[in-house]
Amino acid sequence: MTNLLRHYLFWPVAALVALLVANTVARPSFLAITIRDGHLFGAPIDILRTTAPLLLVALGMTLVIATRGIDLSVGAVVAVSGAVALSHLASSPNPESPVTVLTAVGLALALCLVLGVWNGFLVSALGIQPIIATLILMTAGRGVAMLITGGMITTVNSAPFKVLGSGFWLGLPVAAVLAFGVFAVVAFVVRRTALGMLLEATGINPAASRLSGVRSKTLTWTVYAASGLFAGLAGLLISADTMAADANNAGLFIELDAILAVVIGGTALSGGKFNLSGTLVGALVIATLERTVTVLGISPLVTPLFMALVVIAVTLLQSPRMRERLTAATRRPVATTPPEPQPAARPDSTEVKTR
Amino acid sequence: MTTSAPARTPRKLGGVKIPTRLDRRYLPVVGTFVVLALMLIVGGSRYENFLTPAVVSNLFINNAHLIVLAVGMTFVILTGGIDLSVGSVLALSTVITAALLQAGWPPAVVIPVAVAAGTVIGLAHGVMIHYFQVQPFVATLAGMFFARGLCFLIAPESIAIDNASFAELATWVQIFGEWRMTSSVLIALIVLGLGFVVLHLTRFGRTVYAIGGGEQSALLMGLPVARTKVLAYVVSGTCAGLGGLLFAMAQRSGYSLTGVGMELDAIAAVVIGGTLLTGGTGFVLGSVLGVLVLGLIQTIITFEGTLSSWWTRIVIGVLLLIFVLLQRALTLRRT
Repeated sequence: MTNLLRHYLFWPVAALVALLVANTVARPSFLAITIRDGHLFGAPIDILRTTAPLLLVALGMTLVIATRGIDLSVGAVVAVSGAVALSHLASSPNPESPVTVLTAVGLALALCLVLGVWNGFLVSALGIQPIIATLILMTAGRGVAMLITGGMITTVNSAPFKVLGSGFWLGLPVAAVLAFGVFAVVAFVVRRTALGMLLEATGINPAASRLSGVRSKTLTWTVYAASGLFAGLAGLLISADTMAADANNAGLFIELDAILAVVIGGTALSGGKFNLSGTLVGALVIATLERTVTVLGISPLVTPLFMALVVIAVTLLQSPRMRERLTAATRRPVATTPPEPQPAARPDSTEVKTR
Repeated sequence: MTTSAPARTPRKLGGVKIPTRLDRRYLPVVGTFVVLALMLIVGGSRYENFLTPAVVSNLFINNAHLIVLAVGMTFVILTGGIDLSVGSVLALSTVITAALLQAGWPPAVVIPVAVAAGTVIGLAHGVMIHYFQVQPFVATLAGMFFARGLCFLIAPESIAIDNASFAELATWVQIFGEWRMTSSVLIALIVLGLGFVVLHLTRFGRTVYAIGGGEQSALLMGLPVARTKVLAYVVSGTCAGLGGLLFAMAQRSGYSLTGVGMELDAIAAVVIGGTLLTGGTGFVLGSVLGVLVLGLIQTIITFEGTLSSWWTRIVIGVLLLIFVLLQRALTLRRT
């Protein structure tokens, strides 16, 4: 019991399960998956599809946070990516041709990679604090996206590009397949090679790891580049879903959602140890949460409030002090029926906080 | 990576030793001032009616709420934290003001309630951050969502403020020749003065700097770290609540979508004003200069006419970059 409670995935998974249960209670058919036109349909599939962009951004964010950094610019990069791709498609004579679509995708991803490298340059070569270094691009990025689209919402019709957002492959949404595929590859590379350990070393103590031969600067540079690239891909998925590049609203607040996903997943913002599986659960929790709001018939306007409550609950439960108390409570000899004076007091204190 | 607080040359108290040259600590603020002056000169030479009292007065009138936010943000950033919730709390305060006035409450009750809402949220942040060791970024992020959600809950649509006595409070304009000033500017300047006095002349203010310089050291020195840290967030929350009130006065309405992204403007102003995000170094006056620089960018782009509004964001980004590089160069030379 103690071990289970202390496991970093316990609270996030519990939150996810609780959300799913709440949904199923409210709508018994919630978990049902049907096959229509050879594709899988149903709320869980839909959640997978809507998680895709967030998962990509959160993946990059986890790596950046592991090196003790943060990337606030991802939302702006999402906007830039969509703006570049759709502007290229709109200006080309034949937006339906696969070659044009590939060029558009390539251009967008290349530019986002450059933006990521720029962040990496500021952080690792110039030694600027990550939060400010990426704040610069966060502020300027949407302006750049507006510059690309000329201040308008670019819309275009292109069947091959649309596949990215709402197509199906082997019955599954293409967006989800792409995002989960990239996630699996990165997780494999990071965890089956020394890369993950080196990233953690950089995050735990940059100076010590550099002295012991870890190329911290190159690693830092790489994670920001990767974060930019993944955000660019997320931007393509988002813009392909709506087939519109909205420089103002595409990926708005996605950096915050991504950071929340990482934190809910048990990775501390202070760097070092990171959990990719936690990030996956975190992203699913956030996507399910958004879905729950509609299923339970809560006005979508109140979504932020609902999200805040869940986030406050999860972060408080994960906070070091709370963990100490929980383990202390379960370790007592009379642990079979823990009196838990603190847990009883805790909901009160969270209520005071959230009022 | 993290820059340690610079070793300051001990100054003798009592004015025995007069510094012969400018203290390094003031360089970023002086830099901001130079940029502000340059912008005024360039603007004045390019556009005919730029350096008129009306334009300069409007600079203050339009940014009064941002000045208040930046003062509060300076406290939090000086302790090494950050407050992402100020934009939402500002919106919450405007919505509360508008909703309560619509319900017929007298302004004398509404005003304290609106400001207190910010105070309570700030207190919650402080408690989460200090006692539960939630990172400031996450705690205030949750607060940001929470306040925004509350706004929607109270009023999904814009509420007009037609309370006569509140409107009277807002339209109070004093004229010194052509110089205009609304009560919001006066309040903003009072907040600025209070912030300055508290930071530099009180024990609380010195402790704020000490925590930013090194929390562990401050704790070992026996300073009241817990109280000060929580209070810094309370100050920021209260300032955000007050900022919302000023915003409601200016806009004569409360709308749940006001102030989206305003926390970034506040943070940008503080950074441009020469405060290090690692904490411990910076001045509240610098933050106000930062607000004026941001406001002036907007004014210049309006005057230019042909430039699209999105250039504002790009110019702010470039300015941020320049200031960050400048600060970086300064800290490198120190170490």
